Amino acid sequence: MRYLPLTPDDRAQMLGVIGAATIDDLFADVPAAARKSETFDLPNHAGELEVERELAGLAALNRAAGAGPFFCGAGAYRHHVPATVDHIIQRSEFLTSYTPYQPEIAQGTLQVLFEFQTQVAALTGLDVANASMYDGSTACAEAVMMARRVTRRKKAILSGGLHPHYAATTQTIAHAEGMDIVRQTVAIDAEAAVVEAIDAETACVVVQTPNVFGVATDVTAIAEAAHAAGALLIVVTTEAVSYGLLKSPGEMGADIAVAEGQSIGNALNFGGPYIGLFACREKLVRQMPGRLCGETVDADGRRGFVLTLSTREQHIRREKATSNICTNSGLCALAFTIHLTLLGEVGLRQLAAINHAKARRLAQALGAIEGVEVLTKRFFNEIAVRLPVDATAMVDGLLDDGVVAGVPFSRLDPAAGLDDVLLCAATEMTLDEDIDAFAQALARRIGR
Amino acid sequence: MTMQNVGRPTRPEDVQPLETGFTSLTGGRGLLQDEALIFERDGWTKTGVDLPDADLDGSDLGDLARAAPIGLPGLSEPEAMRHYVRLSQKNHAIDLALYPLGSCTMKHNPRLNEKMARLAGFADLHPMAPLPTVQGALALMDRLSHWLKTLTGMPAVALSPKAGAHGELCGLLAIRAAHEAKGDPRRRVLVPTSAHGTNPATAAFVGYSVTEIAQTEDGRVDLADLAAKLGPDVAAIMVTNPNTCGLFERDIIEIARLTHEAGAYFYCDGANFNAIVGRVRPGDLGVDAMHINLHKTFSTPHGGGGPGAGPVVLSEALAPFAPAPWVVHGPNGLTLVEETVEEAAQAFGRMSAFHGQMGMFVRAYAYMRSHGADGLRQVAEDAVLNANYIKARLSGVMTPAFPDGPCMHEALFDDSWLEGTGVTTLDFAKAMIDEGFHPMTMYFPLVVHGAMLIEPTETESKQELDRFCDALVALAQAAKAGDVDRFKGAPYLAPMRRLDETLAARKPRLTWKPESGVAPAPLAAE
Repeated sequence: MRYLPLTPDDRAQMLGVIGAATIDDLFADVPAAARKSETFDLPNHAGELEVERELAGLAALNRAAGAGPFFCGAGAYRHHVPATVDHIIQRSEFLTSYTPYQPEIAQGTLQVLFEFQTQVAALTGLDVANASMYDGSTACAEAVMMARRVTRRKKAILSGGLHPHYAATTQTIAHAEGMDIVRQTVAIDAEAAVVEAIDAETACVVVQTPNVFGVATDVTAIAEAAHAAGALLIVVTTEAVSYGLLKSPGEMGADIAVAEGQSIGNALNFGGPYIGLFACREKLVRQMPGRLCGETVDADGRRGFVLTLSTREQHIRREKATSNICTNSGLCALAFTIHLTLLGEVGLRQLAAINHAKARRLAQALGAIEGVEVLTKRFFNEIAVRLPVDATAMVDGLLDDGVVAGVPFSRLDPAAGLDDVLLCAATEMTLDEDIDAFAQALARRIGR
Repeated sequence: MTMQNVGRPTRPEDVQPLETGFTSLTGGRGLLQDEALIFERDGWTKTGVDLPDADLDGSDLGDLARAAPIGLPGLSEPEAMRHYVRLSQKNHAIDLALYPLGSCTMKHNPRLNEKMARLAGFADLHPMAPLPTVQGALALMDRLSHWLKTLTGMPAVALSPKAGAHGELCGLLAIRAAHEAKGDPRRRVLVPTSAHGTNPATAAFVGYSVTEIAQTEDGRVDLADLAAKLGPDVAAIMVTNPNTCGLFERDIIEIARLTHEAGAYFYCDGANFNAIVGRVRPGDLGVDAMHINLHKTFSTPHGGGGPGAGPVVLSEALAPFAPAPWVVHGPNGLTLVEETVEEAAQAFGRMSAFHGQMGMFVRAYAYMRSHGADGLRQVAEDAVLNANYIKARLSGVMTPAFPDGPCMHEALFDDSWLEGTGVTTLDFAKAMIDEGFHPMTMYFPLVVHGAMLIEPTETESKQELDRFCDALVALAQAAKAGDVDRFKGAPYLAPMRRLDETLAARKPRLTWKPESGVAPAPLAAE
């Protein structure tokens, strides 16, 4: 077995040193009733080639996004990842290290986290960021619970434009903690209804921009209303590349910004692992969840980095911790930081502009089809369109034309009554020919 | 000396360094370059990508567009490569040497797994792509579920939790839902004093109050104390098995029986599953829910702090409450239950967007298939053998916390052998760095004074274990011989000397800021 270095001789010698007759002696504390002597009904070990064959066979049953015209978004976006990123994250020193508890021999990871935190703070327009969360949806739930600690209030208002999975995750986790979660009616312009719902019991309002329908919104007025009521504004973003083009949450008055960072440096991976971004205003930092990396000096006075403010965390505070999070998304944060360092401000703005231009071309092409209505007016790289037919049936039909048309809204939220709404995203990966092929196939099928 | 509240020093002591006095002229240490932050390299107008121009003519974003500079530097590709490779060289890693962090299971990470996870059919697959186009991914999730259920002897599994603590949350939410469904919401969760911090943190997160259970002299749950604290308001107990002292809970079946008798559920923290995989099925012990850290037992890389994956296996009683989504076999192939309605109405909700850590599922499945049922059993045996070998070899110079009987996959020592030497557990651990090893887990579990928890895993050879033990024996002898400076100032030979954690916490600097206090001038040119 190729992953096991001990030889039978080694084992015998080692048992001798221990003073045990057989390996079973070392399992003597296991109650006899629970010792499983027969083998499991599972196959025995397999060589590298065999395993490769099986997994390649499974992978071949999937249609990779790159196989043809592809327009799915809805919280996960297909972007180009430079080869350098994937090379560096596979270096042993990054890939096979643990959470940096021993800073003297983990400065590589720690300096990367410090760069990551600074980049995330800059993108979100806020003061501080943590060292990552599992993903955008869990970051959203954590932000809502943080608002409770800050305001000592229980009510959270979720805008109807919030990604339904984010709303469900927040509902599940924050409700368990005793919060009252008010999810507003799902609607393309749901942000308009947020202000009037804010009251003196409100801990926070959660608004997504661009929202799940792709609508980009200026949330400044919502921030003002929230602050006037003593509540916090949490701004959610599921497409981090949009930070390169749109006003940041901080500029618009957000107290906490959370985002899905997958778009930068990370592949689609069928939904995970992804990386949650979490940033807030400086005065809230001690209520933040998650790991934080901070600057300090070593015994020789040289600058170095350590995990810090750990008195917020579970390993010190136990049941009084700000969160139970331990492992986060370190390697995805590394990929994010390397990609963003390669882009720089110049590249990110350019990338965002390309995405926006592709989406405008897509909106134009689909909007020109008789019977198709583009619902999203001001967008970044994703639009919602209303079809004259059921969106799920149309997506299934278009598969026969080789087009993956997008995500039917009903897949995210069957109860919303928006069965004719399709979410379509375009990125720098989208070819103009892909858009043309999609529009032509869609027109043909609607015209039938 | 400044201490954390667990008694761990957080500030380097003022001790004269044990060194040659030689310093370089530039502040570097040979090939270990001093590496500036990306923000200190004047890269404000640089980029390492070549993208076509795109104009914003015709955009109606208007005042939604970002006007102010973001403040992001860039680097060309060669600079970025060099920057991050130089940084990487300041890290210890399992590929470099033993990484004996107890409770963390730092085992070899096979590269086959990385290769498989990068197949386009898995990596370039969108979570909301139409179901007919993702049948291979669903089949992989289905096969992984089968393996996890078979190995644990449990009837159901929730794959979506993203790490161990997220899995704990999932398990407790299922327990909470089960009690609520019976109209009997309960208030308390019992947790042994030796538990990992995530256990009480998770229980509190779910709205339970936490009651600690005492530990016996021999490092196990005190049954009498458990029985006394169980009651009609107890929702669950959370027990790690093997426990954080590296010991198998001999009375585990009785613990489960008492728990069930009180109408509570048994949550098992599966962080230490590596010790028993292939030899013991938690289902046979009476467990109701247990998370499995794929990034421990099933070899997916820790990545400097994640990503992990924490699927939760569930008993018959809890299975109906498992969160969405899950894979089911349908007339047209595999499909996903994504909404908590109809037949899934009892599901307690959703742990996260989408379907869990697919990239980790592929890696873990490749690992399981590679080892097979026979290999996984050997994994547990070798992991336990290696730990007992270390315990035996070091017991002459260090003091095992629980000398009687075998340990499981980790060997726990206390600091009584350091008494009178002037050397603390932390000093000893830092001196290990100078010998080329990552320190063991320190000051955990909290129930053992100055704890040193060593977990070698099964992927260490006898030669490497001997090298490690020889180094620790030499260090222990040095400590006892009064060679205190070697420890107090350590590490001397690492990329950095001991870091001041007190300063970091007192004056938090969590992001880089320009010295001048004004925003950098990246786009001043614009």
